Formats: sequence, structure tokens, C-alpha cells
Amino acid sequence: PHAGPVESRNEAAMSELVPEPRQKPVVPMKPMGINASLLGYIGIDTIIEQMRKKTMKTGFDFNIMVVGQSGLGKSTLINTLFKSQVSRKSSGWNREEKIPKTVEIKAIGHVIEEGGVKMKLTVIDTPGFGDQINNENCWEPIEKYINEQYEKFLKEEVNIARKKRIPDTRVHCCLYFISPTGHSLRPLDLEFMKHLSKVVNIIPVIAKADTMTLEEKTEFKQRVRKELEVNGIEFYPQKEFDEDLEDKTENDKIRQESMPFAVVGSDKEYQVNGKRVLGRKTPWGIIEVENLNHCEFALLRDFVIRTHLQDLKEVTHNIHYETYRAKRLNDNGGLPPMTVETEENHESNL
Amino acid sequence: QQPAQFTNPETPGYVGFANLPNQVHRKSVKKGFEFTLMVVGESGLGKSTLINSLFLTDLYPERIIPGAADKIERTVQIEASTVEIEERGVKLRLTVVDTPGYGDAINCRDCFKTIISYIDEQFERYLHDESGLNRRHIIDNRVHCCFYFISPFGHGLKPLDVEFMKAIHNKVNIVPVIAKADTLSLKERERLKKRILDEIEEHGIKIYHLPDAESDEDEDFKEQTRLLKASIPFCVVGSNQLIEAKGKKVRGRLYPWGVVEVENPEHNDFLKLRTMLITHMQDLQEVTQDLHYENFRSERLKRGGRKVEDEEVNKDQILLEKEAEVR
Repeated sequence: PHAGPVESRNEAAMSELVPEPRQKPVVPMKPMGINASLLGYIGIDTIIEQMRKKTMKTGFDFNIMVVGQSGLGKSTLINTLFKSQVSRKSSGWNREEKIPKTVEIKAIGHVIEEGGVKMKLTVIDTPGFGDQINNENCWEPIEKYINEQYEKFLKEEVNIARKKRIPDTRVHCCLYFISPTGHSLRPLDLEFMKHLSKVVNIIPVIAKADTMTLEEKTEFKQRVRKELEVNGIEFYPQKEFDEDLEDKTENDKIRQESMPFAVVGSDKEYQVNGKRVLGRKTPWGIIEVENLNHCEFALLRDFVIRTHLQDLKEVTHNIHYETYRAKRLNDNGGLPPMTVETEENHESNL
Repeated sequence: QQPAQFTNPETPGYVGFANLPNQVHRKSVKKGFEFTLMVVGESGLGKSTLINSLFLTDLYPERIIPGAADKIERTVQIEASTVEIEERGVKLRLTVVDTPGYGDAINCRDCFKTIISYIDEQFERYLHDESGLNRRHIIDNRVHCCFYFISPFGHGLKPLDVEFMKAIHNKVNIVPVIAKADTLSLKERERLKKRILDEIEEHGIKIYHLPDAESDEDEDFKEQTRLLKASIPFCVVGSNQLIEAKGKKVRGRLYPWGVVEVENPEHNDFLKLRTMLITHMQDLQEVTQDLHYENFRSERLKRGGRKVEDEEVNKDQILLEKEAEVR
């Protein structure tokens, strides 16, 4: 067990106070050895259980943003990920709903509960992205929104009388949907990820992956990975934030083999071999969403929810937010920004 | 029906020009057919695969797919490939005009210009040839049909699709096509088709309409025409790979969950698209000549003042003469 990293991780979970900015390790840290031999059982390890109980009581926030052209299955995928209707589908079949002329930001919050743990999940949708004839700078409203959430948090933090638990609306994870052309990334994909990978954790996913055969999928993923590398785009999990050798090994494998995840989403169930499974029915077979032989949805789900959820929040807090904070303080001459409550000042400080 | 040796036919009133269609047919077969098909759509919608599947050939043997960074600088190109196909003595000189770069840029404002210029140029050239002195060997490079590829991943037409089709629907026959249709379930396909047809009507876009079958055609043909008309836009899957399915080798795509067969009408509209193209090649050419070209011609002649025309004619005349010399 590592003493240092685990502690700071749990601290952040419990209180969401501002910890010391985490130093980026220049050399991967070796796991610390336990050299004190205990004379008897003290009960230090019960702290894990105490933390767990606290987390369960307070619950936690998770804010996930989805970005991609209309029709790539973003809403369906979110609904599949969290096994509930948390994302209002862009009701593609309703004539009244048209593609918005500019990019809109729509945040919808839900509380979902599992095993006694409450999660306040906020899904931030970005309809209109990439759908116009002229998509120049269509990422700007998105970047603005992300920075606004950092600003909100910063304002609360520097307050003299501040809340015990600062409401966290910062975007912890941004799923970027790549169109499954089978060729390469599109210029817009590159531009978006270049700009936004510096302010938020971006997880690229290949949407509607049931359009590619296994061969095509492998080739496409390789090509996309190469393109991202050549263009200096660091998607989550970023190499520079690997804490130790264990992290690095695990994340290397994900970065170099699994990502970008080629996914298929569905909220319909079908009977396959006597079981009810989430899938898509076609005349030539049923595509099972959670079958690893069919697509990588389960990998994405495990990655975002079961293994890296907390880390996503931490990197957002310790790295992206801190970067924003440092810049803001610097711009202000080392002083915290004004904390006047009016809306106008709020805007002008930005 | 050919009269054998200048003998008098039995029926007194019979002149014999009922034989004309056969003569036309024989001449056409000898001369061969020319057809120019333009293909427009974003990268990665399955255009090249579909064209190769339709004509059972590989029109793009040395293809290099550019990466996103390369695409940032590129503008729309026009690339024409011609292939001669022969079947049962009938020759078809098919020209496929590709438009790589269309829809790829972040700002697609200028996407159409190159394409519209190309179409107009072919009309201009034909007009010029038609008005020239030597009209024996007019080459018809006019675009007879444009397959416009709509993304199967969207919810219907995109703003770019609408704008482009409106810009060319008076210049060329538009046949909307949805490729990579194996990404959609049957229900999703029906919904998408309906949505697209609704949007086409809503925006006043004129796509190519198959003529109704004549009343004297047989029932089968009438039924086929009805089916074809009801299936537009066609949802197709392209492939030239042979896959083993149900004991036979078929052209298709192999997935972990099953095989999609290109030529299975229950899987997609590929056969319908091919049938439509083949049985209506003649009509597509006629509509191009009688409607789109005539439109262009009347606009052009109304517009062009004498002086400007003469100058242009002279330049073109010189070019043509040079071409003739080279030939």
C-alpha cells in the first residue's frame, strides 16, 4: 500500500478543500516500503472504512460533458453508461427540434444511487457543435463554459466566509465523439482537441462503431492514435500525470492499445442465448453492447466509472483548476479576484 | 421483323419503319454509351467503396487517404476517372467525377464553388461544340447524374447538404444516397429516409424523379418501378470482398455478429440502386439534355453579349484547333 498518494486522494474526496498543489513527479515514484514493524494491531486501517462511510453519506458530484456532431449517439451512450435516461435524446425525429445555429451548452443534473452511494451526475450537452457549414471557432463557447466553472469555484474558494463544501460544477470529463469514417480524424476534431485538452480531461471515443469490421476498427484506431500523437494532443489519462510506475504501466496499456474506445450504445434490450442484453437488432444479427467481442463499451464504462472516476476529478482539481487559478492570480498581480457578488462584476472579472 | 429480300410484305399497308428502333439499337451498340457520374459527399461515407461495388472494378488503385492535418489546407478538388466497361457487346464509357475535400474543412462556405464551376464548364464546352462548325464528334462530358451521399450517422440532412443540393438541383440530376447503411437498423432506416424526404420537400430541393412506367409496359416492370420510387433515398452497403455466408461466397462485410450481404435486398438497397442506374441511364441523359442543359443554354445565351462571346469563342477555337492537331 502506498502511504502518500492514497491519502491525498481520499482527502480530496471527503472535504473538497484546496489541498497543496500536487507536484508533478519528474521520476515515477517508487512505492514506499513499510519499515516500522508494528507490535500489535492499532486500527489505522479502519480509516479506509471511515472514509468510505463518509463518502456514502455525502455522496459525490460528477460532471461529464459530451461533444460531437449531431447524430453520433452521444445521448444514447450517456444513457447506456449510467443505465438511466439521464440525457434527453436530441429527439432527432421531432420536426420541431432543429440544429441550433450556434453551439449551446445544456447542463442537466440527476441524482442516481447505487449500493447506498449517491452520485449527483450532471451531463453537459453541446448541441450545434460541428453541425454548421462554417464551424470556425465553434469550440469557443465550450472553452468559455469550462473556464466559467473554474471561475465559479475560484470565487467561492477565495471568499472569506466560504461554504463547507464548495459546489463543484467543473467539468471532470469531456467525451469527444469521433465520427467512424474509417479514414482519419477530421480537421475540426484536431482543432477542438488541441484547444481543449489543455483545460479539461478529454476522452476520445469512436462513435457508432458497429459500422466497422474488426480490421477496419483496429486500423482506424491506430491511425487516430498516431494523428493525436503527431499533433501533440494529450488525451486523458495524460502521460505527465502518471503518479508512479503502477499507474504508468496501467495507463500506458490503455493509451496505446484500448483508446480511443470504439463504442456502441443502446437503451433497448433483446434476448440473446436466454439472457436479456442491451443491444441493436439488425437483419444480420444482434449487436451486444456489453460484449467485448462486439464493441468496447464495457471498457469505456469500466474506465470512466469503475476505475478512473476519482482520478478524473482529481486531475481536474489538482491540475486543470490549479492551472486556471494560477493564471488568474498572476493576471491579477498575485491577488485573488474581487469577490463582489453582482453578476456584472462576475462577467468583467472573466 | 427484318424483311428478308425485298419481297413485298403480306400486309399491304405495312411500310416497315417499325424496324427503326432496332436500327437505332444496333447503332447505339456499335457507338457505345457515354455516361458521367459525379460523386459528392464528406470523407468516409463509403463513396469509393460503393462506386467500386456498383461497377465491379477498382477505380482507385493507388489511393492515399490524407490525415486531418493535411486536410486543413486542402480545397475541394475535381478528379475524373474514366473506365470502359463492356457487357454482351455493349460498350459503356463511364466517367466518375470525384470531389475529394468536399465537406472536410472547418469552414465549408466555399465548398461548392469548384463543383458548380466544373458542371458549368462541361455545359459551356458542349454549348460551344454544338454551336461550332464541325459537329461530328461532340464529346458529351456533361454530368448526367450526381450521387449525393448523406451521412447515416446524422438525424437527416445537415445544413451543408441542404445548401449544396439547392445550389445544383437546377444543373444536374441529384440522386441522394445513404451509404454505410449497415450502421442502421431497419426501423432507423425507414425513419431516416422519411425524415430526409420531408426535409427535401420542406426546402424545395428538386431531386431526380424516376418516370412512371408507361401504361404499355408489363406488370413486372411497373411493379419494379413502383418499388424503386418508394425506396428513395437508397440505403446501401458497398463491398467487393467475398465472404462465406450460408455455404456460398457473397460480396459482403463480416462482423462478429453476422454477415451483411451487399446483394441481399433484405439487407440493403444496393440492387435497387444498381437497377435504377442501369435502367434509367438513358433517361438521366435525356433529362440532362432536355432540362438542365437547356436551362443553362437559355441562361447563357440571354446573358452573353455578342462581344464577350466572340472573344471567348476565339480563345476556345484556338484551343480546339490545337487539340485537333494533337489528335
